[in-house]
Amino acid sequence: MLKKIFPNKILLISPNFINKLIILMIAVFFLGLIYSLFISPPDYIQGDSVRIMYVHVPSSFLALGCFAFLGIASIINIIFKIKFVSLMAKSLAPVGMLFTIISIVTGSLWGKPTWGIWWVWDARLTSMFVLLCFYLAYILSWKYISDFRRANTTSSIISIIGLFNLPIIKFSVDWWNTLHQTSSITLTSAPKIHITMLIPLMIMLLGMLIYLSVIFLIKYKTEIMKFKLEKNKNKSS
Amino acid sequence: MLSKKVKSRITFLFVSLVAASIIIFIIFKSLEENVVYFFSPTEIIKKTDITIDKKIRIGGLVKEKSIKKDGKTTLFIITDLKKEIIVSYNGLVPNLFAEGKGVIAEGKLRDKKYFIAEKILAKHDENYMPPEVNKILEKSD
Repeated sequence: MLKKIFPNKILLISPNFINKLIILMIAVFFLGLIYSLFISPPDYIQGDSVRIMYVHVPSSFLALGCFAFLGIASIINIIFKIKFVSLMAKSLAPVGMLFTIISIVTGSLWGKPTWGIWWVWDARLTSMFVLLCFYLAYILSWKYISDFRRANTTSSIISIIGLFNLPIIKFSVDWWNTLHQTSSITLTSAPKIHITMLIPLMIMLLGMLIYLSVIFLIKYKTEIMKFKLEKNKNKSS
Repeated sequence: MLSKKVKSRITFLFVSLVAASIIIFIIFKSLEENVVYFFSPTEIIKKTDITIDKKIRIGGLVKEKSIKKDGKTTLFIITDLKKEIIVSYNGLVPNLFAEGKGVIAEGKLRDKKYFIAEKILAKHDENYMPPEVNKILEKSD
């Protein structure tokens, strides 16, 4: 049932709904930026460079989240051969890669004043770079393999292999000595970020989540339309 | 029910994922030495394969009241609260370099207790708070 309904339903999403989401996103980002740049306090050691964290942490979180979706969708695709799940993953990949780039760039900008260096090859930073490579390989495999079935299989295998990198990124700071600090927000203990800094972090996360949804919906709709056009072409010829 | 084809694909994927995780685990286990970014003073003293002219990184906390400045040279002690190593460094230290805070020094050992650093990096911990909260915390200590 789900197989038939879902890809059709996406075409019914009106541009009006997406416009509303964009307006909501702008409002959330406005509030989040005001909060993180002006209302929230500077850090007791880092001073104002702590404000980079409000962009860095949510984008890293979503970069990992998007890839987890890619990997799980690919497993479903390999086992059950459901095409629209692959198209969902394909639509999520560019925005996931964008978040990875934002995470790496803002991390470097923070690293220079804090650590005294832009980049080091410690376990966390290296595994994050590997994640970027996996995103790139995934996207390029869709782009340069013209046959749909082959592109689908290749990209799925790439993202399933990349799935192993996720726990390595997450736990790299606990398993090995790294320059990068360990996680401040964990499921098992109270956050090590003061509440006045946690609020803007969460608002920014919400804003980025809405941005992700907007890009995903637009891209997924396009992918479904393209897929249907291709199918019709094959039928008529 | 799941068809035979689907079942076989699940088995295949499951077996290959388990095999891959074991391989990845073994690779990382054997590469552990190279994956760690720095060694603690305790590890340095325990290690037998460190030669004097090999570039390494050591990390830990800057010992309280150990920073001494002599012209351009900074002398301080890196500690992991068990073992200590004296570090000398010629150059500008990062802004966040301070006593009681994390630090990583890159350079060469002169002997097991004296390290000549070529680069100093400040390590930040996972705590974020406004200055006022820190003052209150320090008072209560």
